[in-house]
Amino acid sequence: MVHIVPEIIKESVTNLVKNGERTDGRAFDEYREISLETGIIEKAEGSARVKIGKTQIVIGTKPQIGTPFGDTPNVGVLMTNTELLPMAAPNFESGPPDENSVELSRVTDRCIREGKVVDLEKLCIVEGEKVWMVFLDLHVIDYDGNLMDAAVLGSVAALMNTKIPTTKIENDEIVLDYENMMPLPINEKALMCTFAKIDGELIIDPSLEEEEIMGARLSIGMTEDGNICAMQKGGAQPLDREKILKVVSIAKMKTAELRTHLP
Amino acid sequence: MIFVEDKEIVIPGDILADEEYHSGRGTFKENDKVCSSLVGLVAIRDKKISVIPLQSKYIPKRGDVVIGEVTDIRFSMWNLDINSPYSGFLPASDVFGKEKRELNRTFDVGDVLFLRVVDVDEVKKVKLGLKGRGLGKFRGGILINITPTKVPRLIGKKGSMINMIKDQTHCEVIVGQNGVVWVKGEPSMERVAEKVINMIEDQAHTSGLTDRVRNMLAKLLGIEPEEAEYELGEPESVEESDELEISEEVEITEIIEISEESDELKKSEPPEEKEESKEDEID
Repeated sequence: MVHIVPEIIKESVTNLVKNGERTDGRAFDEYREISLETGIIEKAEGSARVKIGKTQIVIGTKPQIGTPFGDTPNVGVLMTNTELLPMAAPNFESGPPDENSVELSRVTDRCIREGKVVDLEKLCIVEGEKVWMVFLDLHVIDYDGNLMDAAVLGSVAALMNTKIPTTKIENDEIVLDYENMMPLPINEKALMCTFAKIDGELIIDPSLEEEEIMGARLSIGMTEDGNICAMQKGGAQPLDREKILKVVSIAKMKTAELRTHLP
Repeated sequence: MIFVEDKEIVIPGDILADEEYHSGRGTFKENDKVCSSLVGLVAIRDKKISVIPLQSKYIPKRGDVVIGEVTDIRFSMWNLDINSPYSGFLPASDVFGKEKRELNRTFDVGDVLFLRVVDVDEVKKVKLGLKGRGLGKFRGGILINITPTKVPRLIGKKGSMINMIKDQTHCEVIVGQNGVVWVKGEPSMERVAEKVINMIEDQAHTSGLTDRVRNMLAKLLGIEPEEAEYELGEPESVEESDELEISEEVEITEIIEISEESDELKKSEPPEEKEESKEDEID
């Protein structure tokens, strides 16, 4: 179900952007209030709750031992799944994941994988046979725009919070030592920064109202040293070269700012 | 025996009183005790206890005035989202009479209308109408959503709260019973009104709200609170009794009265003409 935006909301938001203002009084390059908690789920090996404005995502990680993929026998497995819970927004339905949910999972996964957040090679236990598989489950429990930044920020926090048991090999069998837990090998904190194009302007961290009327969206994933590790464009309108270069440099500053929220 | 005070916040399952009290809205009786079935504020009227929910969804009622947006155009009617679990419809015959015209030329998808609930049937099909003073399409302005139970608080006693916002911000303000508020004025004033309305929604369950709203308006507009020229002339205790349920009832009866006397008037009037009639309805 597509939510229909009343013409007068479209008009009022666009007019504000034209005058260099936003509905909630923020600047074009200003995030809403961000809060991040980790270790909120006792039963999960790692967890986080992230809030950007009213957007709220709960993330849990579950490491399991499994067989690696044939083409990467010495690399651990990372799997991301997103659940857009019906309680988060009136137009979210239960059932199999829809395109939005798949997009969010894949963009989050891309940012974490290509940003080399987790050192997956260190998750190998026996080459070609046993590796750690890390499942990253994102549950969107409140939707007020900009899920992508929240998803990546929360996922990185949850991964940093994850502890796995150390493994030993005795008589060709893997023994898990729950007494000695070790954190996941994290070697990078890649984060994402999303811009929405409204009336030719690119504004950071779009709220739900802004997301509903935006012409295009650009999400940029960046590593700590400012390399782009993921990029996703959405929406029908085109983006021009100058604008993209400009927002990439803003994204570099803003991801650094986001990183200060990480523990 | 009563276990709670008036205006106390309760949660579902809280025991409110013994058998000598009657169970009102938002409560149920179990083992001769009145219990809350909602999160909300206790309202005690004589021997009747009810709980007014802190948050609610709008349930359409005949005679209410609501703000709805067109979501679909069908062969002979418009479908409207009225911020409720039930969607409403506006028959084309209500707008055109017997004439046949193209529906999308009059109201298109995405338009926002000010309507009256003409009828709600057993299966909650909500029939809407545009007959009445000031009903029609909105042009410009902004929309603000609040919880429908807080609508009476936003209007205030005899419209005191809403008139204060109107006077101070020089905005046109229209409140639908379904919790949608339309504000039109100077863009900066619209923002002020939005902030104030959101504050009222946040703090609707507290007392002394009118004073805080007055101070907030003064602060946002950069004038001294004393300079505010309107007077409510009501001591705080009276204002406090401006309690959610009571004012709601008062208001609805008045709206019904208006609906009876103003049927002959045209729909789709320009917004300027609307203004007066709205005040009538809201007061």
